[in-house]
Amino acid sequence: MEAEPRGGAAGERTPGTVAESVRAYRLVVRMWMRSTMSYRASFVMTAFGNFAATALDFLTIVLMFSHVEALGGFSLPEVAFLYGTASTSFGLADLLMGSMDRLGERVRDGTLDTLMLRPVPVLAQVAADRFALRRLGRVVQGLLVLGWALWRVDVHWTVLNVALLPVTLVVGAAIFCAVYVAGGAFQFWAGDAAQVQNSVTYGGATLLQYPPGVFARDLVRGVTFVVPLAFVNWLPALRMLGRPDPLGLPGWVDFAGAPVALVCCALSGLLWRAGVRSYRSTGS
Amino acid sequence: MGGFYGAVVVRGFRRYATYRVATAAGVFTNTVFGLIISYSYIALWDQRPHLGGYTEAQALTYVWVGQGLLAAMAQMGGGFETEMMGRINSGAIAVDLYRPADLQGWWLAADLGRAGFQLLGRGVLPIACGALVFDLALPASPLTWLLFALAVALGTVVSFAIRFLVGLSAFWLLDGAGVVQVSWIVGLFFSGMLLPLNAFPGALGDVAQALPWSAMLQVPADVLLGQRQGADALLALAFEAGWAVALLGAGRLLQGLATRRVVVHGG
Repeated sequence: MEAEPRGGAAGERTPGTVAESVRAYRLVVRMWMRSTMSYRASFVMTAFGNFAATALDFLTIVLMFSHVEALGGFSLPEVAFLYGTASTSFGLADLLMGSMDRLGERVRDGTLDTLMLRPVPVLAQVAADRFALRRLGRVVQGLLVLGWALWRVDVHWTVLNVALLPVTLVVGAAIFCAVYVAGGAFQFWAGDAAQVQNSVTYGGATLLQYPPGVFARDLVRGVTFVVPLAFVNWLPALRMLGRPDPLGLPGWVDFAGAPVALVCCALSGLLWRAGVRSYRSTGS
Repeated sequence: MGGFYGAVVVRGFRRYATYRVATAAGVFTNTVFGLIISYSYIALWDQRPHLGGYTEAQALTYVWVGQGLLAAMAQMGGGFETEMMGRINSGAIAVDLYRPADLQGWWLAADLGRAGFQLLGRGVLPIACGALVFDLALPASPLTWLLFALAVALGTVVSFAIRFLVGLSAFWLLDGAGVVQVSWIVGLFFSGMLLPLNAFPGALGDVAQALPWSAMLQVPADVLLGQRQGADALLALAFEAGWAVALLGAGRLLQGLATRRVVVHGG
């Protein structure tokens, strides 16, 4: 069967569709939350597991600091600040959009057709599919580390810096969400290669925990200009900590996070639509 | 009967060899993670040049060996345990128990086949990539490589034995996702995947070295890096074999308990 692209004509897209997507997303999410809660012991364990997994991540950094005073010139509270912002942003995106990486499976076994037939935006359905509340574990852990870092770190709290922090968290989450959507779209063409997106999502979150000075200049350039992960936390965090950025970019770039995130979301949205249009069901 | 389980090993290998694109994607991801971790280790060893008794080159070799073994040891899933849990949940396990094959032996054979493929398909290339970018301390002596191969083989059995216990938990828990996740985390941490165990401080390091998870990375890596040579290397292999036997034995006991519990719909 050839899948009729959803809302085939772009003209069908009215402002209402976004609201409709959000509404559908919330409905599906609520359903999965109820379903999760019927295995309460498992939920508690997985939520704790999610928390502990990321906590061990941070424990590794603490263990590193049991041998050294500074890593790449950053003290433990400063690295914790990077860790907390990266982990919170990524955790939020993972909670909201983490199910996107199962799209390849649905393409392979043909169950995506079921989603296509429903009068509900596919993106909302795929993103909410098997919504995993346990992923809150990562967000909580990220926020705890961030809280500790804020208490210990030496930041000159100007109005600008105070405003920049929450914006950074939201912008970071939006950039990671865009990566998830783009990764999902990619799976329309190469479903078996779903793992590649882990290197940007999980890999990116790991990368951003360390000061940029630790990495090779070209790698830092790559995550600034190609996949703009540097806008998740590096650039704004360097400003808040009063550190120069290793690429020597002009100062206003530190505040460019929001527009960068918007562009990312728009691009991944376009990619998603291209993916949906190119979809052919298994067997056709 | 050896021929029978041998055939299961070969099928296990072929089953995973089918997914070429997924394998390539896995190699890519392992390489990216290898790069990220390498740079963080360089920053660390830069300040403490002989941390844990490793030189910087040895520490980097450790990173890439870890990335190479990650899939073979099924440290982040991809092993048989979720499949087995699914069969326990759906009741299909009853069919498995009817087969003229031992449950543990069957899954061990299938998992060794998988590990064999993952070792070749996902192990060799990341290490080669690492060697292209960084100066690695890979040994020249064939004997060291042979000992390393044995250490990896025994580590795979230990990894299987642990995951078999995890899989059996589904007989009691129904939804085993939580146990699987907790076992990954414990495994990643105590195998030395996040940080070499010899860089763990004091007693924590000693305890971690003695736990079975060290067989999945720390012990094979130390054999390869020449940290454990001669009699000490044999001791390392014996340590792994000991844990393998103990854990397989525990799996057998638990399997006995579990199968007595099986009640399939309809009787």
